[in-house]
Amino acid sequence: MSKFVAFTSLGRRALPNQFDLIALVLIFGAFAAAVSVGHDVTQKISAPQATAITLDYWALPYYALRTTLRMFVAILASLFFTLTYATLAAKSNRAEKILIPILDVLQSVPVLGFLSFTVTFFLGLFPGSILGAECAAIFAIFTSQAWNMAFSFYQSLRTVPGDLIEVSRGFQLSPWQRFWQLEAPFAMPGLIWNMMMSMSGGWFFVVASEAISVGDNTINLPGIGSYLSVAISQKNAGAVFAAVVAVLAVILLYDQLIFRPLVAFSTRFRVELLSSAQQERSWVMATFKRTRWLRPIQKGFAKAFNRFALLRLELPGRSARPEPLGASANRIIDVLFYSSVGLLTAYSFWQIVLFVSHDLSWHELLLTIGLTSLTLVRVVFLIALATLIWVPVGVWIGIRPRIAEKIQPLAQFLAAFPANVIFPVVVVLIIHFSLNPDFWLSFLIILGTQWYILFNVIAGAQAFPSDLREAARSFNVGGWDWWRKVMLPGIFPYYVTGALTASGGSWNAAIVAEYVKWGDDTVTAHGIGSYIAMATKDGNFPKIVLGVAVMSVFVIVFNRCFWRPLFAIGEKRLRLS
Amino acid sequence: MLQEREKPLLEVNDVSQRYRTGSGEEGPPVLDHVSLKLTSGEIVGLLGRSGCGKSTLLRIVAGLASPAEGSVTYDGRPVSGPVDGLAMVFQSFALFPWLSVLANVEIGLRARKVPEAEARKRALAAIDLIGLDGFESAFPKELSGGMRQRVGFARALVINPKILLMDEPFSALDVLTAETLRSDLLDLWVEGRMPIKSILMVTHNIEEAVLMCDRIIVLSSNPGRIAAEIKVTLQHPRNRLDPEFRQLVDKIYALMTKRAVEAVPREGAFPGLGLGMALPQLSTNTIAGMIEEVHAPPYNGRAPLHELSDSLAMEIDDLFPVAETLQLLRFAEIADGKISLTPAGMKFADLETDARKRLFGDHLLAYVPLAARIKMVLDERPTHSARASRFLEELEDFMSDEYADRTLKSVVNWGRYGELFAYDESSETLSLENPG
Repeated sequence: MSKFVAFTSLGRRALPNQFDLIALVLIFGAFAAAVSVGHDVTQKISAPQATAITLDYWALPYYALRTTLRMFVAILASLFFTLTYATLAAKSNRAEKILIPILDVLQSVPVLGFLSFTVTFFLGLFPGSILGAECAAIFAIFTSQAWNMAFSFYQSLRTVPGDLIEVSRGFQLSPWQRFWQLEAPFAMPGLIWNMMMSMSGGWFFVVASEAISVGDNTINLPGIGSYLSVAISQKNAGAVFAAVVAVLAVILLYDQLIFRPLVAFSTRFRVELLSSAQQERSWVMATFKRTRWLRPIQKGFAKAFNRFALLRLELPGRSARPEPLGASANRIIDVLFYSSVGLLTAYSFWQIVLFVSHDLSWHELLLTIGLTSLTLVRVVFLIALATLIWVPVGVWIGIRPRIAEKIQPLAQFLAAFPANVIFPVVVVLIIHFSLNPDFWLSFLIILGTQWYILFNVIAGAQAFPSDLREAARSFNVGGWDWWRKVMLPGIFPYYVTGALTASGGSWNAAIVAEYVKWGDDTVTAHGIGSYIAMATKDGNFPKIVLGVAVMSVFVIVFNRCFWRPLFAIGEKRLRLS
Repeated sequence: MLQEREKPLLEVNDVSQRYRTGSGEEGPPVLDHVSLKLTSGEIVGLLGRSGCGKSTLLRIVAGLASPAEGSVTYDGRPVSGPVDGLAMVFQSFALFPWLSVLANVEIGLRARKVPEAEARKRALAAIDLIGLDGFESAFPKELSGGMRQRVGFARALVINPKILLMDEPFSALDVLTAETLRSDLLDLWVEGRMPIKSILMVTHNIEEAVLMCDRIIVLSSNPGRIAAEIKVTLQHPRNRLDPEFRQLVDKIYALMTKRAVEAVPREGAFPGLGLGMALPQLSTNTIAGMIEEVHAPPYNGRAPLHELSDSLAMEIDDLFPVAETLQLLRFAEIADGKISLTPAGMKFADLETDARKRLFGDHLLAYVPLAARIKMVLDERPTHSARASRFLEELEDFMSDEYADRTLKSVVNWGRYGELFAYDESSETLSLENPG
């Protein structure tokens, strides 16, 4: 379970759907408010100095360092968010009813659409300084990681084994002690896996968010993303190539030095009582364990952490078991809570409507709905195409363990590689051969996300029980029958997980892929992605709000009507357990 | 002084507890006015089948749950939460997988702000006592079941409790390991090497109870009440083959199968009556197998239950549901700790498959009201089909959701075996037609 992207609302039977609507409204209300505040301040900002990007190849390692630093700050922020938000949602029933739908919606909303809002907000927060732009970039990366991690942590907190809880209570561990001794360690495997997967997905956002242009303001933060964007605007093919190599190197280093060791470390926290089939190995971990000088340092850290985790931190005078509130008191609090949520929602909705309808008409709304449908068609077509190609390949690889061992990390690596780095190449081709952008730009959308389908299908084929395969062979089940009755049902849950992730990533990719530049040439496809991208370029905030809102609604409805039932079928009928 | 010694360490006064139904209301009672006393120097066993509330009672004693009525007193003071003098050992060992053996044992002490050096010393002593010396830095993953439970014991003993509470501590272990652990524990107890004054142990294994306990409290099920209290005066070390031992085991089997005559006369072996009978999940293979076993020599239709439990290696939790289901279907009768096949049961054993299914189906219709109801509804309806959820809802009026689901599953399986009706899983409907 910890391996896959958390898809939590499925397990909660009683959460009503209207909460999603509330969550959506609240989120957009907040953004509309932030924008209207930052709106006025934006006019006064002049482009900050010291951000001239040089296309010198030797500057690349420094830029790579800056980019990686941003990633890590974002991870720390996500971690902090996870530990507070998810814990609150897990411990309080009332908070949970609002917090989890909000998280669900945030996970479905395309993050890149927000970029314009957040940039404005942060620039307004730190006028004239580069800190605002840095915060905006870090925030963009944060939003690609935090929701995933929070979901995983929340789910883990809710499934702590009962007997371990009884042990903690029997030994009278204080709540703080219990959190650090039991709940956090239990959640470690899922959290670390999701953290690493999120970081892999984050490279895409880093590249997209380092060169920020909102309206007439263009800010280039030192980093690989802005290097790339400057290279594109100057049509410097060599520089683009150098950037690609740099990204490859960075991801490789990150994978070997951080991803694998951390995942290997997290196996210590797994609660299964049998040794698991997948032993995560890392040469870094193995080397580290053999060092002589580094180990005492690590032991020192471990001791300090233990002391931290064992602080009692009890409020003085607290009784062993606080009196539960009576039924009537509970009802009063319920009424207060829900009515204030309702009021806030209504107010937010009003704000959004005001903000949008100020400049736009119904016609605009219909236009956005039409454009989003076009993008939807594109996404569906591409997912189907990727399925047709990669599922057979994935199965072929997965049932051959030695090949799978080599290919699986490669597929994960490809999934991490930010595809937007390759976009300029495609643009050049399209311009050169005068191809139809509406059709050919579509492939960019799936370029980075198809690998999720591949490596999940490989994992599914690997996990398929060998005795079932042998039974099929001994009864001479072959050809189409074998696919339909043996293999496809077996890998179905894994496929759905992969396809769901690919679908989510594709929506984000659409914003960057439907409007691509090379120097002064621009290639656009008709769709909501280009609508939002163009509105961002023009600095037309009402259009941005409208576009992102309509896109989000479509994504959420698509998720609920299509992916969620598929997932449920996979869980109910096709789990091999 | 004598009074001091006889003052009970732990008193359970009139404790009652109720189930919570699916809708959150209070349901039927789990425990019904249970009282018991624990004095210093004795091992007391709580013996009963699953569902009789013994684990719930243990948790109420430990302060991990609060009773609906009644109270628990430890050392003269009422128990409202976990207290220092009580420590618990769990059936599933409940060790933290990310901590070493030493860290696991120390956790109770470190949480109470015992200084690091002292905690370490005491933990090492406890680990030495239960025989895991040398494994201090091992992780639970590396240990076998028996060793993990030893860690569980060390963890409980290191905080110097007065009373050790054990929740079926040996059930998750294989027979040999359990035997070793039991005798090691008894050795430590008899030699007085543990700091504890008394032990309260929950078990569903009759022989284990007679082997270890000074006093056995037998709890009946549905609701949990004290059915009997038996003193065991055999000297340690106790021998299973000792005739007195075997007599005691036999007596307890008889006690547990006796019909409760004094209480509400309609209480049978299964909770609820008529449609609302909660039935166990049993396969027809098990039922047929039991009939054949009792039919065959040396029993020839009449077998003492404790001998069956020995020869089939079945615990009472597995054995009694089968026996009682056979009684329900009038294939056998239970009395005085013995099971005897009725003429129908004897006939069943001799028939071949098709005839067996017919006989089974007839008995099912005649004696299990739910099966009769399903057949009746299917017969009446013009389409001869009905959704399973319709019957599920009817059952949920009488029992919890989980029991209702289990009962319906059982009856549907038995009905399919007896060829009374058919069931389609994907549409969840019962019907009178055979699947295509």
